[in-house]
Amino acid sequence: MKGVTARPGSATAWALSGTAWLVYAFFYAPIVLLVIFSFSDDRNVGRWGGFTLSWYEQFIDHSQLQNSLWVSIRVALLSTAISVVLGTLAALALERFRFRGKRVFDALLYLPVIIPDVTMAVMMLLFFSEGIRIAEMLFGLDLTKGFTTITISHIAFNISFVSVVVRARLSGMNEQLEEAALDLYADRWRSFRYVTLPQIAPGIAGGALLALTLSLDDVVVTQFASGPGSTTLPVFVFGMIRRGVTPLINAVSVIMLAASIVLVILSIVTQRLRTGETGRTLGDRLRRRSDSSLMG
Amino acid sequence: MTLTTAPPPADGPVLLEVTPEFERAAARGDSRRGFLLSLPAYVYLVLFFAIPFGIVVVYSLATRNTIGGTDLAGWNLDSYRRLAEPIVRDILFRSVWIAVLTTLICLVVAYPFSYFIATRTPTIRNILLVFVMIPFWTNFLVRNYAWRVILGSDGPFAAVTEALGVGRQEILFTHSAVILGLVYGYLPFMVLPLYAAIERIDGSLIEAGRDLYASGAQTFRRVLLPLSMPGVLAGSILVFVPSLGAYVTPQILGGGKSTMLGSYIVVQFLTARNWPLGASLSFVLMTVMLTATLIYFRAGGRNL
Repeated sequence: MKGVTARPGSATAWALSGTAWLVYAFFYAPIVLLVIFSFSDDRNVGRWGGFTLSWYEQFIDHSQLQNSLWVSIRVALLSTAISVVLGTLAALALERFRFRGKRVFDALLYLPVIIPDVTMAVMMLLFFSEGIRIAEMLFGLDLTKGFTTITISHIAFNISFVSVVVRARLSGMNEQLEEAALDLYADRWRSFRYVTLPQIAPGIAGGALLALTLSLDDVVVTQFASGPGSTTLPVFVFGMIRRGVTPLINAVSVIMLAASIVLVILSIVTQRLRTGETGRTLGDRLRRRSDSSLMG
Repeated sequence: MTLTTAPPPADGPVLLEVTPEFERAAARGDSRRGFLLSLPAYVYLVLFFAIPFGIVVVYSLATRNTIGGTDLAGWNLDSYRRLAEPIVRDILFRSVWIAVLTTLICLVVAYPFSYFIATRTPTIRNILLVFVMIPFWTNFLVRNYAWRVILGSDGPFAAVTEALGVGRQEILFTHSAVILGLVYGYLPFMVLPLYAAIERIDGSLIEAGRDLYASGAQTFRRVLLPLSMPGVLAGSILVFVPSLGAYVTPQILGGGKSTMLGSYIVVQFLTARNWPLGASLSFVLMTVMLTATLIYFRAGGRNL
């Protein structure tokens, strides 16, 4: 908002900045405390008992945690790679072409963004259990839930998020540049490769980082798509929390936290502070659509 | 001076005449290319999203048999009728009021906060926004777990309340803890649309209000609030919908006592083995979400 602030020094100005600092404290205090307690030498999760690295050592020695960490990383990389390709193609189709079935496709692509986690999780559970039964009945295949089913479910929601981010970038891009390239006898592929792609690259990078983040964070859908054998780190940790909290969980949480923060910083850097470009919600997409210069 | 039109050179480039046939052919080519580009994602989403959704609808119409399996033959609405049973109804009511309270608290906290950010200079505003984006992107499970650590019986919250002389407070495994966790988790969802809405308001309108002798409160109620309504609505929906279907937060902070819709659905699948009931509840949740999204679009969500 331009041209108005509460009068400096007035009660309103003080109340506003006071609220702001309190909200920031509310956002960050729990995170800071968690980091501190992960170094605490006390068997209680929330008590300081001197400095130690033993919980991190336990994490490194814990074979199940290490396994689930690798599952998480593999699922995140594979699902991101596939959803970036499919999501970018879908974004190009929707932003640049008119075709039959476009409206249905648009709606279908939009649903995974807004569907509640739990509903998506239930869908995956029923689909895979039915699917596995049918595969067994028809082809005698012995499928189990695990790495493949987790990856499939992550791609199902990530395609949509990638395409939302790439579309925002495409819609903000000047279409005449592509037309100019075509007029200058570039074929479709070259015009895409040398004009469109370099311009939407930050959008694709942003989409990829969002997909990685969502894949690494997901608990609910993964829990329903994974079997007893292999699961991801957040689901394994969620199970641990429900059995009872230990300082080991503090250490693992801090590692996940660090991964999230690295990804946020990367995405802020790729978007050069155009934070609006990397949003993960409906509101973000809508806001961006109408005012791409909003956040600087 | 006479005007002459030079005839096109005979060996020059062939100029394409734009005829209706040519345009139709171009449109067909476009249509084909667009369709082919969308095809991989289309097929993927039909296979792994639309069909699974169809299966949920079918299961919601099925019957649970005595051994905990599901009979798909003979569709009926029994599991939807069960939504009126006291146990299910209580959980629905509880989920709704927890979600409503979460939304209201987020709104009250986020409004002055977003106003503060929106009225800073652009440089400071960007820095402040980055510090909202960080928790927004941070692992949700971890952020809930942090509160579990803080609110635990030996945690800092108990120690602080004891030191303050208000008695050792323990709110872990209560509705309050769940609401706190949800507010913490979804507050950025309220801040970002509110900020966007307030930032777009022309500040001179507020000044005009004050010039015309409106009090601060009147200016807020008659000028600022109506103009920021799209943000209020968008933020409220973005907080209300995930709160209603929350699963992780009530599991971690609510213990067994505050079962919400999300956890109740999961229980139907993992322990109670009543898949039709779980499927019908998921369908209801999906419907609420779709309705909210439609309201959002209708009421200015597009303009936000």
